[in-house]
Amino acid sequence: MSTQETQVLIVGAGPAGLSSAIALKRQGVAHVTVVDREPEAGGMPRLCHHTGFGVWDFHRLYSGPTYARRYVQLALAHGVEIRTETTIIGWEDGHTLAYSSPEGLGAIHAQAILLATGVRERPRSARLVPGYRPRGVFTTGSLQRFVDERHLPVGRRAVIVGAEGVSLSAFLTLQKAKVKVAAFLTEHPQHQMVWPYTPAKWWYVDLLHRTPIHTQTRIYRILGRKRVEGVEITHLDSGQREVIACDTVVFTGDWIPEHEVARKGDLVMDAGTRGPQVDAAFRTSRPGVFAAGNVLRGAETAATSAQEGREAAAVMAAFLQGQPWPEQRVPVHVEAPLLWAYPNSLAADNLTAAKPLTFRTAQFVEHATVEVRQGQRLLHTQAFAHLVPNETYRLPGAWLRSVKPAGEPIVLRLA
Amino acid sequence: MRTPYDIAIIGAGVVGTAIAREVSRYQLNVVLLEAKPDVGMGTSKANTAIWHTGFDAKPGTLEARLLRRSYALLEDYVDQAGIPTERLGGLLVAWNEEQYHTLPSLLERAHTNGVTDVRIISAEEVYRLEPRLNSGAWGGLFVPGESLICPFTLPIAYATEALLNGVTLKLNFPVQHIHQENGLHVITGPEGETVRARYLVNAAGLYSDEIDHMLGHHDFTVTPRRGELIVYDKFARRLINHVILPVPTAITKGVLISPTVYGNVLLGPTAEDLDDKTNTATSEQGLQGLLEKGRAILPELLDEEVTATYAGLRAATEHKDYQLRLHAEQRYVCVGGIRSTGVSASLGIAEYVAELLAEAGLPLRPKAEFKTFKMPNIGEARPRPYQRDDMIAQNPDYGRIVCHCEKVTLGEILDAIHSPLPARTLDALRRRTRVTQGRCQGFNCQAHVVDILARETGQDPRFLLSLERDATPQPRTVTYTADADKEGRA
Repeated sequence: MSTQETQVLIVGAGPAGLSSAIALKRQGVAHVTVVDREPEAGGMPRLCHHTGFGVWDFHRLYSGPTYARRYVQLALAHGVEIRTETTIIGWEDGHTLAYSSPEGLGAIHAQAILLATGVRERPRSARLVPGYRPRGVFTTGSLQRFVDERHLPVGRRAVIVGAEGVSLSAFLTLQKAKVKVAAFLTEHPQHQMVWPYTPAKWWYVDLLHRTPIHTQTRIYRILGRKRVEGVEITHLDSGQREVIACDTVVFTGDWIPEHEVARKGDLVMDAGTRGPQVDAAFRTSRPGVFAAGNVLRGAETAATSAQEGREAAAVMAAFLQGQPWPEQRVPVHVEAPLLWAYPNSLAADNLTAAKPLTFRTAQFVEHATVEVRQGQRLLHTQAFAHLVPNETYRLPGAWLRSVKPAGEPIVLRLA
Repeated sequence: MRTPYDIAIIGAGVVGTAIAREVSRYQLNVVLLEAKPDVGMGTSKANTAIWHTGFDAKPGTLEARLLRRSYALLEDYVDQAGIPTERLGGLLVAWNEEQYHTLPSLLERAHTNGVTDVRIISAEEVYRLEPRLNSGAWGGLFVPGESLICPFTLPIAYATEALLNGVTLKLNFPVQHIHQENGLHVITGPEGETVRARYLVNAAGLYSDEIDHMLGHHDFTVTPRRGELIVYDKFARRLINHVILPVPTAITKGVLISPTVYGNVLLGPTAEDLDDKTNTATSEQGLQGLLEKGRAILPELLDEEVTATYAGLRAATEHKDYQLRLHAEQRYVCVGGIRSTGVSASLGIAEYVAELLAEAGLPLRPKAEFKTFKMPNIGEARPRPYQRDDMIAQNPDYGRIVCHCEKVTLGEILDAIHSPLPARTLDALRRRTRVTQGRCQGFNCQAHVVDILARETGQDPRFLLSLERDATPQPRTVTYTADADKEGRA
């Protein structure tokens, strides 16, 4: 097995990985290698055959696949080496990753490694939804691959589990496949769907208004043996059950980072995001190993991931120039109902960074006051009229300067 | 009229396929009948995947004897046929004083059953072996022989060797009726198709009592006992080193936590007697109950992601032993009530059934040659194709990963579709290769896999996805001809 050398090895050729690679090349890094396990580079936007991409990065409105292609073309034009069908299967040592590919096994040693492995939706089984195991159960991702990538039949009538941003993606894909959407289900008191601006926005909004959204409901079980015949739902307020007939169920959202490479490398993981623990400069617990994009937490937009990739590139370029790795960092934890905080650790050299701490909530909260403590010390409080799940909130301010990097963990919680 | 078969075996689960393989050694014309579209689709595919020593079987029973015999036979067979196994050993943990005091009687029982390497260990040793177990263990019983086995590969291996040695397999062939005619069993399947055989073996698992009734016997009734299980992510594998067994009760062996040969961790099973022999649904109470039990045994397990949940039905009867008997005058062997030990006892049962057939007058003349088959490895203990430079160099499709979670390559998928016992359904492909069985459950590869299967087998994807509701599966006959790896239609 041969070991190849590169300066920066990026795992994952999605928006975060490719934008980072391009930025590294622009900053004069000679050898940047991006590996991706898929046969084609571009990441998740490749699957999103609807518009809404590119406004922030390219000042143009693109469909997902076009947006992905733009990044791939740019990366290639900048001399980035992209290796597809290359799966990272383990760590040879702290800076060498082993891979498998149709050309055989190998390893790549790099001075810096960026993990940009993305995110997936929790499937039905991980959500412990009981019942039989019939055909017709999807996640948004598998649905998009069925419809747009493979042009396979889906069904006739679907229930979408979830009512957030990605649920709209599932909705659009089902429209395209001529599948009627019987209902959206959400456990929360309100849906969390916000239409991004698109030329056809009002057409979509009208369509959505004609689709029932069942709030405060939970899917109780899936009916049907060979093929889905319906879902039985529980109304959480009354405890009553109801059956909705359908032949397709799409589970949307409920993100879990694709953290296999990170965990195989024994990086410190964050209990909230379930991604690798990083500081505000995308540094993981291992010197020289960085992480950016949705592997860090439940999905943000492609534009956010791409932006993080660029920011991480600047830090990596400085690291290659000899900028020292911080010796100490203090973890950031959250208490329920808050879901996660990110960055989830703070290091001495980036306490004054412009990047604010962000967080999400697991439940709707009205008139919330979020407080940040380090041990007994109250560092910051901030009031929010309401907190909505699947939305990201920021805690900017000068309070970061009062963090003691050698002190106790930082805790975010509701006052 | 066709020449009648010497033996018809009803049921191609792990027991039926093992019997078919065993009798294919002899100069006999054998047919194996299966109601489902593939072998190993009943209790054989939804169990705890443990290769039992039989240390806790009821002494003196046929089950205890055949488990013991089978263990020795399997030791050779799993290596020869490439069945994924891991010889980890079992650790039975006593969580209270009462359980602790039953350990000596369990030890004695193990010794009576001929499992002599079992020993009682202290609480300290329990935690030395399994440091992440919850606190409060009183002590335990260490059973070095309890092991992991791949319950998917085993019946496919048996059936493949049976096919290679001339057995005819009829799939989608649910038996409707059996009658006698001129000293032959006439077995009627779907749409009036009949199979005629001199000897009959009933290995119909959950339906073995119904087949037995067709032969005029009312010796036992099968009550499906549902077991629900939770499969944890491969990252949970590092939490345990052995099969963690509870102290058994009269009804069940109890909830265990066990690694699998695929590198996951299993939690289960529940035990619930049902009326419906097709009810393999999981339930809210079942899964929630398992989570509670899991938390009590291995708290860190619940921090890991769940990969899958499933339920299986064991063929329990009102009796405490197998319902395995010869009706010599009818040239009929009933192999019923195999409960939860079919995988472990399969080779012992098969050998014993062959003896019974001989006793009933069937001459067993060995063939000049018995063909064997090495199964593709889907276990983690040995290198998989994606980890093998030699295989990838030979065929780059072994480096082309389709299912990223389970690292299943295009080469393996194509092999399974074109094997002597070809995968023609998604489920069959899953059990042969593990595609879509990983942590994303098909998020990434399901569409690709449907595409490959539809293209390679010439089937309509609508059929593979069960979108055509009225499509009744047509009976399908699989035989093996040495010159071409092809299935023939009868």
